[in-house]
Amino acid sequence: MSFVTGVGLTSYGKHEGSSSLDLMSKAAELAIADAGLKRADIDGVLCGYSTVSPHIMLATVFAEHFGIRPSYAHAVQVGGATGLAMTMLAHHLVEANVVRHVLVVAGENRLTGQSRDASILALAQVGHPHYEVPLGPTIPAYYGLVASRYMHEYGVTQEDLAEFAVLMRSHALAHPGAQFHDPITVADVMASKPVALPLKLLDCCPVSDGGAAFVISRERTGETGVRVRGCAQAHTHQHVTAAPALSELGAEIAIARAKQAAGVAISDVRYAAVYDSFSITLAMLLEDLGLAGRGEAASRVRSGYFSRDGAMPLNTHGGLLSYGHCGVGGAMAHLVETHLQMTGRAANRQVRDASVALLHGDGGVLSSHVSMFLERVR
Amino acid sequence: MSESKQALADWTAGTEAIVYQSCGVCGNLQYFRRSFCSACGAPDPVEKRASGEGTVYATSLVCRAATPETRVHIPYNIVLVDTTEGFRMMAHGDHDLAIGDKVTARFAPFAGRLVPYFAR
Repeated sequence: MSFVTGVGLTSYGKHEGSSSLDLMSKAAELAIADAGLKRADIDGVLCGYSTVSPHIMLATVFAEHFGIRPSYAHAVQVGGATGLAMTMLAHHLVEANVVRHVLVVAGENRLTGQSRDASILALAQVGHPHYEVPLGPTIPAYYGLVASRYMHEYGVTQEDLAEFAVLMRSHALAHPGAQFHDPITVADVMASKPVALPLKLLDCCPVSDGGAAFVISRERTGETGVRVRGCAQAHTHQHVTAAPALSELGAEIAIARAKQAAGVAISDVRYAAVYDSFSITLAMLLEDLGLAGRGEAASRVRSGYFSRDGAMPLNTHGGLLSYGHCGVGGAMAHLVETHLQMTGRAANRQVRDASVALLHGDGGVLSSHVSMFLERVR
Repeated sequence: MSESKQALADWTAGTEAIVYQSCGVCGNLQYFRRSFCSACGAPDPVEKRASGEGTVYATSLVCRAATPETRVHIPYNIVLVDTTEGFRMMAHGDHDLAIGDKVTARFAPFAGRLVPYFAR
């Protein structure tokens, strides 16, 4: 058994003058305090990567900087799925009695530490170095390709996709730490600058500075326990050129495995935290995971199904699209928000019932997937 | 169309050609060059030159580029094409291409290199 015993999250946006290590340290301190632990209690460290400050041994760089001497430490790299992949590994490490308390941490000054061009260029390198990158694609273009095909096969429109950006923004308005605080409409999304059509600027998550951390422990440290009920991964390809058909993508494989591992059905889920690097990512993943029928996710957004007071509240902090995306930490904010919801600490964003949550992360171009169920135990 | 056990030159090395590999054991086709078949592991897949004919699978018109070399070309249309031979490839194409269009490849300069470019 394993529990998420503490969470820490900085605001996302600009942290002028903060390094990646600064942001990691800030989030780590918050998470350890939230778990009611001391630094010395942490015996395992898993961290992500920083495109601004790449290092072959980031976990030990962080541990030295933070002032801890763990008995287990290394970095993990699975793109946007890294946060949940680290959580899955931490879950198995504490279950296997390798360590008691694993600190999972990531942070990056991706917005102020380098130019936007440098960020876009660094991320585009997930493409094939010989057969894709020379064509000048960007991450939005990889997802733009997927979007064009998804729209073609399932009759989804650009206006449908815009609904997801509007929903995430409306959720971000209730979170003081979110990068964006101005409401947007479908018309605003449609009128925003073309980036990689059919994706426009407001269909895309921003580049942000920020940090996020959690502690995964063998036993709960607070009254309310947030237990990792089960999780699973799937990796079908790296490059979009080599991706399988839309009906055979990894999200469906990962969720099927996770449901089996957890003994949980989608009908048990009360709160959803789903990767949303682009509007299309969220639309596809919701349908792949079974949280909406094929081509029906947008109409569920319109009917309020995924709203804070809806049947399946989704990314109530605003997601990558509007809370922000600082790299590995980006999707870790989804888990932090889920934890706050499950422990009744989400203040003005609190949903009625977050007793069972489904989290899903995606790395690359729908390449790597991690599905996870969390359950509240009292 | 030529066949070879040796590596054939293609656009990734500046030659006006699209090359793929075919496994002599299981028949699997692969576009990304390797010294083995990614499906069955058999060594030395046969190199073949593709006809350049295919069908558009997906498109994305890039309007925001990240380098000075690519920025001079915007907007440019990135396409995935399912070739008649049976493998999928990324290329450039006319801006008005739609999914399902039958297309033929030529080669066009882009950011100091030669890239496959599809049109109806």
